Amino acid sequence: MEQYLIHNHLGYPILSVLLCLPLAGAVVTLFLRGDTVLKTWGLLVTVATAAASLPLYSRFDLHTAKYQFAEVYQWFPFLKLEYAVGVDGISVLLVLLTTFVMPLCILCSWSYIQERFKEFIFVILVMEASMIGVFICLNTVLFYIFWEAMLIPMYLLIAVWGGPRKDYASIKFFLYTLLGSVFLLVAIISLYVKTGTFAIPELMTHRFGYAYQMWLFLACALAFAIKIPMFPLHTWLPAAHVEAPTAGSVILASILLKMGGYGFLRFCLPMAPAATLTCMPYLLALSIMSIIFGGYLALGQSDIKKLIAYSSVGHMGFVTLGIFLLNVQGIKGAMLQMINHGITTGALFICIGIIYERTHSREIADNSKLGMMMPIYVTFLGIFSLSSFAFPGTNSFVGELLVLLGAFSKYKLVGFLAIPGAVLAAAYMLRLLQKMVWSDSDGHGHHHDGGHGHGDDAGGHHHDLKDLNLREFVTLAFLTVFVFWIGLHPAPVLRIMDTSVGHLVEQLHHGMQHVPAEHHGHHALLHQVGEWFAQVRIFFAS
Amino acid sequence: METIITSKILLTCAIPLVSALLIMASGSRPNLRETWSIAGAGLTFLSVVNVLPHILAGGSYECVLFTLYPGISVKFHLDGLGILFAGTASFLWILAGFYCIGYMRGLNEHAQTRFYVCYAVSVGGAMGAAFAGNLFTLYLFYEIVSIFTYPLVAHHQDAEGYEGARKYIIYLMFTSKAFLLPAMILIYVQCGTLDFCYNGIVNGIFPTETSRWLVTVSYLLCLFGFAKAGIMPLHSWLPSAMVAPTPVSALLHAVVVVKVGVFSTCRVMLSIFGTKLLHDYGLGLFTAYFVSFTIVVASIIALTKTNLKARLAYSTISQLSYIILGVAMLTPNGVTGGLIHIVNHAFSKITLFFAAGAIFVASGKKDINEMGGLGHRMPLTMLAFGIASLSMIGAPPVSGFVTKWFLALATMDLHNTLLLVVLLVSSLLNAGYFVPIFLQSFYGTPPAADAGQTGSLERSPLVMLMVVPLCITSLLSVLFGLYPDLFLRIINLMVGA
Repeated sequence: MEQYLIHNHLGYPILSVLLCLPLAGAVVTLFLRGDTVLKTWGLLVTVATAAASLPLYSRFDLHTAKYQFAEVYQWFPFLKLEYAVGVDGISVLLVLLTTFVMPLCILCSWSYIQERFKEFIFVILVMEASMIGVFICLNTVLFYIFWEAMLIPMYLLIAVWGGPRKDYASIKFFLYTLLGSVFLLVAIISLYVKTGTFAIPELMTHRFGYAYQMWLFLACALAFAIKIPMFPLHTWLPAAHVEAPTAGSVILASILLKMGGYGFLRFCLPMAPAATLTCMPYLLALSIMSIIFGGYLALGQSDIKKLIAYSSVGHMGFVTLGIFLLNVQGIKGAMLQMINHGITTGALFICIGIIYERTHSREIADNSKLGMMMPIYVTFLGIFSLSSFAFPGTNSFVGELLVLLGAFSKYKLVGFLAIPGAVLAAAYMLRLLQKMVWSDSDGHGHHHDGGHGHGDDAGGHHHDLKDLNLREFVTLAFLTVFVFWIGLHPAPVLRIMDTSVGHLVEQLHHGMQHVPAEHHGHHALLHQVGEWFAQVRIFFAS
Repeated sequence: METIITSKILLTCAIPLVSALLIMASGSRPNLRETWSIAGAGLTFLSVVNVLPHILAGGSYECVLFTLYPGISVKFHLDGLGILFAGTASFLWILAGFYCIGYMRGLNEHAQTRFYVCYAVSVGGAMGAAFAGNLFTLYLFYEIVSIFTYPLVAHHQDAEGYEGARKYIIYLMFTSKAFLLPAMILIYVQCGTLDFCYNGIVNGIFPTETSRWLVTVSYLLCLFGFAKAGIMPLHSWLPSAMVAPTPVSALLHAVVVVKVGVFSTCRVMLSIFGTKLLHDYGLGLFTAYFVSFTIVVASIIALTKTNLKARLAYSTISQLSYIILGVAMLTPNGVTGGLIHIVNHAFSKITLFFAAGAIFVASGKKDINEMGGLGHRMPLTMLAFGIASLSMIGAPPVSGFVTKWFLALATMDLHNTLLLVVLLVSSLLNAGYFVPIFLQSFYGTPPAADAGQTGSLERSPLVMLMVVPLCITSLLSVLFGLYPDLFLRIINLMVGA
């Protein structure tokens, strides 16, 4: 284990602090009273966590693929179970994304949440701790604990503060994710039985036999494919998004979905490289279907939140596409796409929350002609919509470009098949933007109605909509900075993941070539299936 | 051949953006707002003039702003081709700036602040495209132009406006996402960079061993990806965009937007693929025949249109293909004829659109059949219209003649009779749809509704604001027909290098 770690040398246990700060904050909320006090406290804790996470960026060693800022303490010695945390170039970005998104979740709930404030702040802070836990832990037991711990607060967020069909949506979310987790648990136990360790870094370098890899891969991939979510396991997502409160949607889109992608990179690829190679064409095909189906379904939605939810399916399709290209550009693109999706889609959900608070409707038709009434809001909506369909100069463009570069340099066919997804993204986002900013295309507009300047009556349904207040402005402006920063100067982000992704790909290719021989026995059938898969892959690649 | 690394050239792209911000800030004070618009235009043109001497001396400017990935950056590089387009567009923006005031106030249009802001940003986007130093930067500004012209096309916010704008954005966004994006990625995968080659027009950036199949696919994707160039069958957004106010049709849909498309196509042909590769793989001649179809068919359609702006739109589609035809012939004469038409067509076509708008504001007429006798009431406008028509037809001494001359020379270089026939037929067709308008306006009988109305329509100050710019552009068309030297020098820098 030691050879994979660089121990924390900051003088204080930074990762444990990140884990405990929100938890301690959550405990304190139980003793606080008054909505404003609670909100302020929540904001304070999340901002403090974000500030505390900054050294992860500034003190990060770019030249190593090892786990940095690591802490290891004995936990259950007889099981060889340790409390081990650490981050590499892949997880550090997701930790930072989490810590920076959480304050915005409090800000966007400031006036949105009307009841049970104490519980709300408590749930949000517990949520933050468990999400950070998933990304920093270095052993499978902790991973599973945090993975499951996250479910309950998320369930509560939807079930308590959700919309009219919250019961249906929260149960569906819970059952789907739980189904995936069961397989993950089986995989974790079997890994321990097989190797006698829970340590993820050790498991990542362990060479398993081919048939075992197949089982392992399928079990893990199912869990992660539900989480990310991948077509055809995506149906829980629109339901959950539509019913969740704004903060819930933001957390779901920005962070929870990323755990699927993170899981693929942490478990499937390094632990089962040969099986990954075998299953690659199928996952690529599913990714492309996610991209196209997600986009196609988004095109037909009349509910703004549903539209963004389906667009997430499409964006996550790009992520899995990048991951399963198994080359550096693809995986880097996928990582960047995950960060970008967190920023852009999170921002879009905040935008929807803002307009929902004003019009109490999520229907596109009820929120049309905003251009004249809410110019600042519309400007932000425009920026994030453009970012969402990968407009050049915005963050998503770089991510999508890298994924497509990876695709075109490996299989041109795959690249071309993903292009309709990019076209669909432009179509549904521009349709949304056109209807919200201008009007329905039935044209109630009027021509030559006189007057200079932009003070004309827009003739919309609402005449009293207020533009953004300072709090909303700050929230969106903060995210806008990242949209353009990553869009024009992605080097600082790419640099961090450089070594780790390079190491992962190297490890992967090594693992693909050296599969230990094993007696097939009752795995013969699976092996046969694997062979058959492999033949299709060869056909596909040619 | 000295390349100066300087951020000075960013100024040309930044001025329109700053003026857009100032316009936005002074939205409630129309006079100040329009002052910013004109000042922005003037300063933009001055900034282009400022860098001209160095370019004429054979130098160039370069500036890298951001790097996204190795070989993909936001990079500006100014050379002859760029300055040709930037100079034309920024100069015409000044005249269009005055014209806009006359038109928008004359018709008492709504949302004028939005109009001026988007107008300025669109021109700024075109400046960015002209200065782009690699394909990514070109793509970036190409898309910015698409987005910011949408509000201009949809300006009237009625059913027709939304429908036109919808078609506009669907065509432009679909082609750029579906064709241009994969083309860019394919080129990057082959070449490892997207930077243009500024070392003459013969060699592009493709390594010698690139497969013919990949080059052909990338090229075709580029050709169809730049739908702003209006090549058939991806042309029909342009007639739809005519629902926009006329200053938009004039500056943007005759000069800025469509020229961004054509400019990008030429740039990619000359600085990414290079004439040698296009010639070796037979892509040049293929393109020439392909756009010949557009030249002839668009002219035939123009004959059938009686709405003046619609006829001008189809004429534009036809004329844009001249530019690509010239470059696609891949000979020095052809490239010269093609590139100089960027300027010639701009000055002549903006005159025609300005005239159409002035007629509409002064008399409310859109249809050609109603324009009988109008020449007597708007003599200056119709005379300028006549001069610009001559340029379109390619008659000496107006600037269009220079284009046709070089294009004809190129067809003879190639010994290609078919292309020469295309040129002649299209000139006849041009005459067929422009001359009757001019003749009717002077010799035709006024429609019954106008009976008894006499007196000049060009007296009111707002109409004068529109008539003066169009007179200037038509006179300049003649001037450039007589003295095309400056532009020929600039083009020679590129072609001769």
